[in-house]
Amino acid sequence: MKRLTKATVRTALNLLFFALIGTAILASTFKLTHSLIAQSEEAEKLKLINQVVPNTLYDNDLIKDALTIPASTQLGTDRDTTAYRGRLHGQPSVVVLEAIAPDGYSGKIGMLVAVNYSGVVTGVRVVWHKETPGLGDYIDFAKNPWISQFANTSHERYKEGDWKVKKDGGQFDYMAGATITPRAVVKAVHNALHYFEENRAILFAQADNMSALQPGQKGAEK
Amino acid sequence: MSMQEYKDIFHNGLWKQNTGVVQLLGMCPLLAVSNSVVNAVSLGLATSVVMALSGASISPLRNFVPNEIRIPVYILIIAVLVTVVQYTMNAYMYNLYVVLGIFIPLIVTNCIVLARIEAFAGKNPVLPAAVDGLAMGLGLTAVLAILGGMREIFGHGTLFAGFDLALGDFAKSWVITVIPDYHGFLFAILPPGAFIGLGLLIAGKNYLTLRAEQKARAISVPAASTSAA
Repeated sequence: MKRLTKATVRTALNLLFFALIGTAILASTFKLTHSLIAQSEEAEKLKLINQVVPNTLYDNDLIKDALTIPASTQLGTDRDTTAYRGRLHGQPSVVVLEAIAPDGYSGKIGMLVAVNYSGVVTGVRVVWHKETPGLGDYIDFAKNPWISQFANTSHERYKEGDWKVKKDGGQFDYMAGATITPRAVVKAVHNALHYFEENRAILFAQADNMSALQPGQKGAEK
Repeated sequence: MSMQEYKDIFHNGLWKQNTGVVQLLGMCPLLAVSNSVVNAVSLGLATSVVMALSGASISPLRNFVPNEIRIPVYILIIAVLVTVVQYTMNAYMYNLYVVLGIFIPLIVTNCIVLARIEAFAGKNPVLPAAVDGLAMGLGLTAVLAILGGMREIFGHGTLFAGFDLALGDFAKSWVITVIPDYHGFLFAILPPGAFIGLGLLIAGKNYLTLRAEQKARAISVPAASTSAA
């Protein structure tokens, strides 16, 4: 019995020893690569943002001018997301919102929607999706320029009923064979524009007086 | 170990005991990422690196690991190595990481890694263990690349598309349009295409092996060659 206990303890210690060494290796790798990873993630984000916002529209460090916005049904988000604000000569000029279309053909579609100060959409990009390859994935800019038709759209240009695909009597192109996907995207962009219009003051407010406008929400992020 | 033994290890890994078409281990990445050459080759090479590293690091420890807990310890070491590879890729090859990131953790669950450690690295010295891991990994990479090429040609009509994401803009010119004005064949890109493509590869491998065996038999027993069919 005693010998058995001893053997068990020794085996357990052996396992613990390997676990500790493994943890140490992982911790040091994380430490070594952490800042590099953060850097490339930020660069990647900026690259994407630059696709929806012409870089003549802002001169600030847009990534740093971030605002946490609470989950919203209009944006389709179910958790806090980050909005990035662009400013030109100190004046607010554009905001980049994260929006999610909940009703794609194969689930949610994640997007970035940029709206300028006067309420004109400057660009939309799909960031992640699970739509059928070869059919519904033309919403991805890497596959097809379809998504660029949202540039320069606004409520001034298209009235409420126009925010539909052409098949449904709206203004937006779609491709035969996949209409559920573009329908979801158009609706989500439209909803995001509504969100922008209703929350314009909050979105463009200075970082320091934000907390007053959003109860229970921390103002600036990052 | 002699030169011949290393040759045998490579012969086993690349052909005789090929993980993709003979052992049929490691199906998870095979089906998931073999929809284009670039994805297939990248994940195959990442798996090879993990297999070589895990073979090399587990072999010297084989006498210190009690037999009863060897599997958890092996899994622990593999998981650590995979995570190190993942962090390193994320830090130094970010574009490739964006493409392959979600598949990298799957290497841990790829049973071929554990299988080679249990069957080979746990019983052999460091260098052969590393070579075995590398050879098995390269064998898997080769099958993945061929399958990826088949699915890419039939699914998209191109070959070697997307290498610029992994290597940089200079690789953009590598794309070969095999079938111009091709509208794509969805079936080849979706998982069923992978199963059918793999089936064809296995059949091809079996055919070649069988033919080689018959030839060998015909030479060794010329009198009985008429009965071989």
